[in-house]
Parts: sequence; C-alpha cells; structure tokens
Amino acid sequence: MIETENLTKKFGDLTAVDNVTLKVNPGEIFGFLGPNGAGKTTTVRMLCCLISKTGGQARIADYEVGNKSDSIKIRKLIGFVSDNVGLYESLTAYENLDYYGKLYKCPEPRRKENIERFLKLLGLWEKKDTAAGAFSKGMKQKLAIARALVHDPEILFMDEPTANLDPESAKTVREFILSLKKEKKTIFLNTHNLDEAQRVCDRIGILNKKLMAIGTPQELEYSVGARKTVIQLVEVNDAILNALNRMSPGKVTRDDSKLTIELANPNKENPAIIRAIVEAGGNVQSVSISASTLEDAYLKLVREKQ
Amino acid sequence: MNLETSLTIAAKELKVLSRKKSIIYYIVGFPFLLMVGFLLVVKSQIVPAGGIPSDYALGLDSLTYFFVVLAAIVPSSIAAYSIVGEKIEKSLEPLLATPATDGEILLGKSIASFVPTILSIWAAASIFMVITDYLTRSSLSFYYFPNWTSGVMLFLLAPLGAIMSIELAVIASSRVSDVRGANQIGSLMFIPFMGVFLAGAEGIFAFSSNNLLIFSLIILVVDVALFFLSTSTFKREEILTKWK
Repeated sequence: MIETENLTKKFGDLTAVDNVTLKVNPGEIFGFLGPNGAGKTTTVRMLCCLISKTGGQARIADYEVGNKSDSIKIRKLIGFVSDNVGLYESLTAYENLDYYGKLYKCPEPRRKENIERFLKLLGLWEKKDTAAGAFSKGMKQKLAIARALVHDPEILFMDEPTANLDPESAKTVREFILSLKKEKKTIFLNTHNLDEAQRVCDRIGILNKKLMAIGTPQELEYSVGARKTVIQLVEVNDAILNALNRMSPGKVTRDDSKLTIELANPNKENPAIIRAIVEAGGNVQSVSISASTLEDAYLKLVREKQ
Repeated sequence: MNLETSLTIAAKELKVLSRKKSIIYYIVGFPFLLMVGFLLVVKSQIVPAGGIPSDYALGLDSLTYFFVVLAAIVPSSIAAYSIVGEKIEKSLEPLLATPATDGEILLGKSIASFVPTILSIWAAASIFMVITDYLTRSSLSFYYFPNWTSGVMLFLLAPLGAIMSIELAVIASSRVSDVRGANQIGSLMFIPFMGVFLAGAEGIFAFSSNNLLIFSLIILVVDVALFFLSTSTFKREEILTKWK
C-alpha cells in the first residue's frame, strides 16, 4: 500500500531523510517513531505529495510519488492530519468538514453521511454548528481527524495526532485510531509517544534521519538484548552461585540477596534455574521476568545514531 | 484546471470574509466613504463653479477615475489576507494536501478577492453617478452619467486594475510571511493608477475613452504577464518549508 525505497530528502546541505526503505501493508497501523527533527514530518509530507523527494522511490497504492500526474491521484486516495490542526476558526465544525468534502469531490449524500458519522463517532455532533474557534484543543484535534476522513480515504497519514492533548482526549483519539483499523484503513502514524506507538501500532519504524529499525513492538523490544529473570532470595550463598555457574544460564548479577540472570527465553529456562537454587539450599521469595521495553529499544537505537 | 474547485474555494473564502467585520468595513466602507466625499466635492466645488460641459468633465471624470484607483488598492489586501492569513492560521497545509491544484487555489482566492470589492466599487460609483446627475442636471441640461468614459473606467479599467492588484498580492504573498508585508507590496499598484489620476487632474492626460482603452490594453498585457509570474512563484514546497 505504501512503499519507499531509499527515500531521501535534502534541504541544501542538510539531509532530513536519508535512504528510508519501508513497506506498509494494507489495513496496517504503522508507527513512525523518532525524536524531534528526525525527519518524520518530512517523510509524511513527501508521501502526501506536499514536498518533492530528492532521491529514491515511493509508491502509494499504484501511484508514483513525485510523478506530477500521479500526485493528484495520490491526494485523492489519502487523508492527512497535519501536526497543526489548521481549521478555519470562523467556520462551524460542519462547514469545515463540508468544505473539505467538496474539495475531494465527495458526492453530497455521502459527504453528509460521512460528516454526521465521524462527528458522532468523535463526540462532536452536538457542536456541529459551533465555530471551530470556540473549540478546545482536544475538540479541534478531533475535528481535524474527521476532516481527514470526510472523503473516506483508504490511507490516513497522521502527524503527531495526540501531541499537546490532555490524557483523556489523547485516549479518545487513540481509541478512534484503533476503531479505524476495523474499517481496514491503512494508517501511517507519526509520533514520539512510545506508549501510544506500542498500544496502537502493528509495526513501528524508528527513524532518526535514517530508518534505524523496523518491526512489531515486541520484535523491537527483543532486538535490544536478553530478557532478565529477577530472583529474590532470603540469602545468597556460594552454593547457590556455584549451582548457577554449573548451569551457565546467562550473565548472573548479584545485588545483596537478589539475583538477576540474563536469559534468552526465561519462560523455558526459569523452572530449571529455580529447581537448582532450591536444591542448593536457597529460599526463594519471589521470581519475576524483566523484559526490555520499547523505550529501551528506542533509546538504544537513537543514541547509537548520535 | 477545474472551475468547480476554484468556486468551492471562493465560496469558502467569501464565507470567512463575511464573518470578519473589519474586512467588510474595509470592502464596503472605503468606497462608500469616498463616494460621500466626492458628492460633497461635486456639490460644494463643481456645481457652484459652473461653466461649459467640458469644465464639468475634467472634475467629474477625475472623481470617477478615483474608483479605478480604489479597485487597484482594495483587492490586494483581501488577497494578501487570504493567502498569508491561511499560512498564519496553519490551515494552508491541509488545503495543499487535497487534490486542489495551485492554479485552482489561486483562482478561487482571486475570485473571492475580486468579486466583493468590484461589486462594492460599482455600487458606490453607481450611487455617485446617479446623485451627481441629480446635482448637475439643471446646470448642464443633460445627464452627464452614464457615458463611454465612465463605462470604460468602471467596466474595463477597474476590473483589470483589481486583477493586477490581486496578482501582485499573490506574488508578494509567496515572498513575505505576514499580511502587512504582502499588503504593502500589493499596494504598489496605487502608484501607476494614481500617476494617471494626477496627470489627468493636471490636464497632461485626457480621460477620453480612447486614452482609457489604450491604458486598459497596457494593464491587460501586464495582467497576463503577472498571471504567469504569480502561478510560477506560488510554490507549495517553499510555502511549507520556508515560511515561518
């Protein structure tokens, strides 16, 4: 559905996006994670045919990004939620959506139906005749999302849709994004919110001008290192440490009466380890598995680049 | 280019303009205030001075021509507000992401700048002419307005001047990032039109139909040149990446 190959954007001597190759499948929510200035917005702007690419290839559905005659076709196919809501504040919520529906040549009956549907879904129907300027930040953001969907696009690009929103509004927007997945929409979501990416996205690309990694949230978590088993004992003695050394399960770190063992597969290896500790006379108080988080993966990859 | 898209954009622009009182006052108030001032000049200066019809012509044609000067000033402010204002309100990026082309967007905004101002100027000029006829009828023994000269001024030169003003504002809008800057550049249109006004008032330039047709032709050529220049200077990438 969305495909790039060595997609590059330079502004003079500055490389904003460097040889990004990725593929987003139909119906997938793809998250683009990266720090400020990583090139997320620039990538989306290139894919939405708002700015030109300097190098590489990109395709949206069957259309070539950068090909002048395909640009209009791509723009008809997509919806775009920019990082600024950019509403016409003197127009009502309904008028804002109706205007965009007309620009996308959405037939009137379908336009009316979509406006009502999305305003209701986002809890704005009662405020349809209120000027957008009177809306709160969260309501404006919801209206901007409805605007991007008014022509029922197959693909939705969202640039930081929950940035600067209060937790409740951000949750509503996230839930709405997830509901769009049920409608088989393909969503390309720019965010620097790790929690949001983990909750919402099927796959995540970590960008810092270059694409540092790509995979499911779980794949990215596993990619940064072994998971750890943390065992709290009443006391750690030499017999226990010798027993663990004989097993050589992984790197063992001792912190007073707590042992931390790095393991490739804790669920599989833990029973044998616990048995060995007990047989060596250890009294186990608790066992927990500590896995690397998406945050660990993100920070590791971003710091590597820096 | 799809005219329907441009008309959709124009309709939205007019809706936005209609809700901004300061702009309505500017579009409607400026020509009507001028009209009232001109009528006072006619009543207090031209009619009491009397004379043969050609004496009246110089004064009345100069005053009528001033509506052309107005047509070359007012729309530039509306066009500048329409484009730069949209960038300031951050609403240009979502608009540029729609299938509307640059040409359709510019045409829509130009229509919205052109129509209300030219209608307002025509309305004010019409009232001026009707009341002037009433004031001068007894001394002239005929109705001075309408005549060919005023027809050329209002229906040819004024629209061409308005188009020129809008195009210059579009070019200025792609070079500056605030409404005032674009407006100031757009207002440069005042200079050539005011120059003709002063030349007419000093008797160097006669406000005859023929002279005004030649002047209109020159403005038409400039309009065509500015049209190509304005569409080539409106670059969406620069607008999105360089405007701050």
